[in-house]
Amino acid sequence: MDTTVTTGEKQNVWGGANKPLNASYGKMMMWFFIVSDALTFSAFLCAYGFSRFKFTETWPIADEVFTHVPFFHGNFPMYYVAFMTFILIMSSVTMVLAVDAGHKMQKNKVIWYMFMTIIGGIIFVGSQAWEWGTFIKGSYGAVETKGGRILQFVDAESGHQIAIADFSKEIASERAAHERKNGIWFTKEGALPTYTVNEVVEGFKSNSNLLVRTETINEHGHKTVLTREESLKKLSSASQVVEGANLIHNEYGSRLFADFFFFITGFHGFHVFSGIVINIIIFSNVIIGTYEKRRSYEMVEKVGLYWHFVDLVWVFVFTFFYLV
Amino acid sequence: MAHEQKLEIFRGLLKFKSNVGKIWGVLVFLSIITAIEVALGIIRPGFLIESTVLGMKPLNWIFIILTLVKAYYIAWDFMHLRDENKFLRRSIVWTPIFLVLYLSFILLVEGNYIHEVYKVGFVKWNF
Repeated sequence: MDTTVTTGEKQNVWGGANKPLNASYGKMMMWFFIVSDALTFSAFLCAYGFSRFKFTETWPIADEVFTHVPFFHGNFPMYYVAFMTFILIMSSVTMVLAVDAGHKMQKNKVIWYMFMTIIGGIIFVGSQAWEWGTFIKGSYGAVETKGGRILQFVDAESGHQIAIADFSKEIASERAAHERKNGIWFTKEGALPTYTVNEVVEGFKSNSNLLVRTETINEHGHKTVLTREESLKKLSSASQVVEGANLIHNEYGSRLFADFFFFITGFHGFHVFSGIVINIIIFSNVIIGTYEKRRSYEMVEKVGLYWHFVDLVWVFVFTFFYLV
Repeated sequence: MAHEQKLEIFRGLLKFKSNVGKIWGVLVFLSIITAIEVALGIIRPGFLIESTVLGMKPLNWIFIILTLVKAYYIAWDFMHLRDENKFLRRSIVWTPIFLVLYLSFILLVEGNYIHEVYKVGFVKWNF
């Protein structure tokens, strides 16, 4: 690694070994990539903002969607995401400590810190997978109207959401899942929801302490709860039961919310995953002493830039998805 | 490697003795900001969400500003932009900022317009 900055006019600019802006080729290219990737993520987040502004009065409230913590039951808005954010910042710190140790040519420290970074990354991706799983599975279940809007059920006194499993009536019905073998051969449907619309509606009618909550946000920033009469009227337009979220239906509200959630956090999770893979490659190179022989740990610095970038993106995703 | 490292943050208010010390200092700072964000996100103080400043709730403005502060310290100290050449830094930072401001302006104004159309138009979608 050359240690001096090329100064002096006498040196030939086109003769090679000249570093524009005092950054090595690899580092500059890593920055080029990061800038372009940052623009990709910005485009996603701007598209999210576009859709959210379109449906600003009916957008789901993230505090009410992401309320789960592994191994605990109850309502814990934001705690787990905050934990994930902290893990990622922490792994960024160990990465930057690895880069620092690399500058000082301390091989063992680089190994140790990179190892911690990889562990942090794996914890983060695992948490994200868990969060996806919880989101897909859903928590309370809801009913979708003919217009594609979501109706949730709340307790009239406490205002807490009630799961459809807690009040639905068991009614024998012959509705069977449509499979390829017994219908039109090129169409099929996924698993049927646990309850039919009829079961939910009948259950609702026989429980007088239940109310319907619509997607509309009122002036206090809460979802609007209908009166009993309005609820019953609204339920007559129910078309299907929705449990959990996927790209087509979303029990938490607007489907676009679920689409963007899967797309943006998925793309970010993919970046974290590839960051872990690249980290492991560089980590093995550090162990076998490649950079020790090269007398430069610049490779660790470059992969570190990518890793910090992933952290940086998460900071924005965290804000725009979970906080705002 | 002869790498010049600037060890000051907050415009020289806080000066660290070593690069490692600075890294931990920045971590503490970022953790505090995240804690504030999460606390505000859970409490949602009424006076911050029941008015609007420049078309958005003050709470959302606070979140966005805190995020930009966090982004600044991640880029400046973790990605050590602070130690890079000034013009490398400027080309990296200002290019995306310009493009993102442009894109978000266009898309958010358009989103707002469609929102109005849905609200006052003849097409019923919320039923």
